[in-house]
Amino acid sequence: MTRFLPDEFRIPAIGAGVIVLAALLPLFDDGFYLAMAVNIVLYAALCTAWALFSGPTHYISLATAAFFGLGTYAVALGNELLPFPLLVALGAAIAAVLAGFVGAATLRISGVYFVIFTLGLAELVRQIVSWAQVKWSTRMGLYVFTDFTEAHIYWMLLALTAAVFLTGWLINRSRLGFAMQIIGNDEAVARHCGIDTARLKIILFMISGAFIGMAGAIVAPRYLYVAPPSAFNPTISFLVVIMALLGGTRWLWGPLVGVIPFTIVMEFVSANFPNDTSIVIGIVFLVIVYVLPDGVTGRLEQLLARMRRTSTASKAATVKEAA
Amino acid sequence: MEILVTGILLGGTYALIALGLTLQYGVARIMNLATGETLVAACFITFWLFASYQVSPLWGLVLVAPAAFAINWAIYMWLLKPLVDRAKNQGMLEVDSILATFGLLFLFQGLMLRGFGGAYFTYTYLAERFEIFGSPYALNRVVAFLAALLIAAALYLFLYRTRSGTAVRAVAVNPNSSNLVGIDVAATAALAFALGGALTACGGTLLSTFYTFNASMGVVFTLKALIIVIMGGVGDVRGATLAALILGITETAVASLIDPGLMLAATYALFMLVLLFRPQGIFGKQPT
Repeated sequence: MTRFLPDEFRIPAIGAGVIVLAALLPLFDDGFYLAMAVNIVLYAALCTAWALFSGPTHYISLATAAFFGLGTYAVALGNELLPFPLLVALGAAIAAVLAGFVGAATLRISGVYFVIFTLGLAELVRQIVSWAQVKWSTRMGLYVFTDFTEAHIYWMLLALTAAVFLTGWLINRSRLGFAMQIIGNDEAVARHCGIDTARLKIILFMISGAFIGMAGAIVAPRYLYVAPPSAFNPTISFLVVIMALLGGTRWLWGPLVGVIPFTIVMEFVSANFPNDTSIVIGIVFLVIVYVLPDGVTGRLEQLLARMRRTSTASKAATVKEAA
Repeated sequence: MEILVTGILLGGTYALIALGLTLQYGVARIMNLATGETLVAACFITFWLFASYQVSPLWGLVLVAPAAFAINWAIYMWLLKPLVDRAKNQGMLEVDSILATFGLLFLFQGLMLRGFGGAYFTYTYLAERFEIFGSPYALNRVVAFLAALLIAAALYLFLYRTRSGTAVRAVAVNPNSSNLVGIDVAATAALAFALGGALTACGGTLLSTFYTFNASMGVVFTLKALIIVIMGGVGDVRGATLAALILGITETAVASLIDPGLMLAATYALFMLVLLFRPQGIFGKQPT
């Protein structure tokens, strides 16, 4: 890790300010807006954690639902045995182990195998969990009774999001982040520089998976009743990919730009056209590929660069005219 | 023995689906994640033809296959060709095509949910006893297997006995060199993609004669097809056929010996073994 420079702290300071402001929300509303804010913060944490890995490597991970569900299950199973913070840590650990396992199996070969493997991962874990539940216990679902209110969950998710951002910021300025940048640009070059590409990718995937597992653990009390099909819902994986790519993954805060509008739109769509959510998701995927390949932030970056170019060009022209 | 026969009968249909995907990915270089939706759409159309117009599924093939060919050709030309042209390297094309076909997956799934709802569908066609080695099997499964066998044989003749088939195989090996020997790579890729879609649709039509289907089951079949393609080696027709039979037998064995709920776990176990020991496919050569 390199030495910190004073002006590097400006962005984290702004971020901390935003989070403090956001934390005040439950004081003003504890109904509809708080529920929506919980969704937004949840997806902000998930998408940013997803982009930690998938941003620099360009590997599309669909394992989110599997990590998320494992976190939820860790809480549901251990709720009466262990204190909650320990369960959240446990959820993170289980998700990280699974991520390490998946990474070790696929990330040494090529990106396509990784996508395929993660595509069915949530369904695989769901089948195994259901099978184990039927075999060793008679109940299909589990009740999660805690004293947490919606506001508590909101604050915990906000803290998690802050932790994800802090981790992302620290990674970006570390040797790991630098190495990931080289891998993202050209993997062959990275290997020739002596970077152990597979190992770094696996480490990063485990970090990302651990945060997703924690998010699943934190929201478990919100569900009250946890059963395999709802905990390992594959739609979560796809929503996370869409929101993160819609915002753009070039910057740490890029996914956030996609999360906020998309969560609101999805809320509207699922309230008014509940049967057409897949059509909306499909269209947004196509829009991302054909219209916004680098996300909204990538497009803004392009526009800014073009405006700067035209303004310098016109300035040069006026200078010429004056001369 | 029963497991073996049932598994091979199931594997025949899997083979068609996987052959379709191996053409699309191996030749046109498009990782088509909407392949399961092509399959499910064919199931629904066959069902609709059978229920409304009493068209037998085998005659349905004659309608479904050309329609799927045309639709897939249009999808390739309008949606995927621009991605091929703009991609700077194979990796970028992979990411773009994965995302674009995700879009198609959800779009088709949403449209089918609109048209048919989320319920499970099935219809009765040739549900009679048929005896092989003294044990009874459903006649529709046997007929589906034989039809799949015929279609696969026709594909084999096309690929290995005709000029355009040879061109398809050449592009699968190396698009740049194929260009040098005067093959129109873009046209061949479009042909392979359309042909792949038609094969998958045939698989769907045959599957619908003995399988209960619904609008959202496409992803599971996409996954099975992908695993078969990787097991057999990308672009390898013989490998995909053998891998499909292995998968059919493994699934049937796990479902009848351990638990039907663990079928996907069996698929994944096979996938893991392939990734660990033969990532280049069953007949693939070790990369040097």
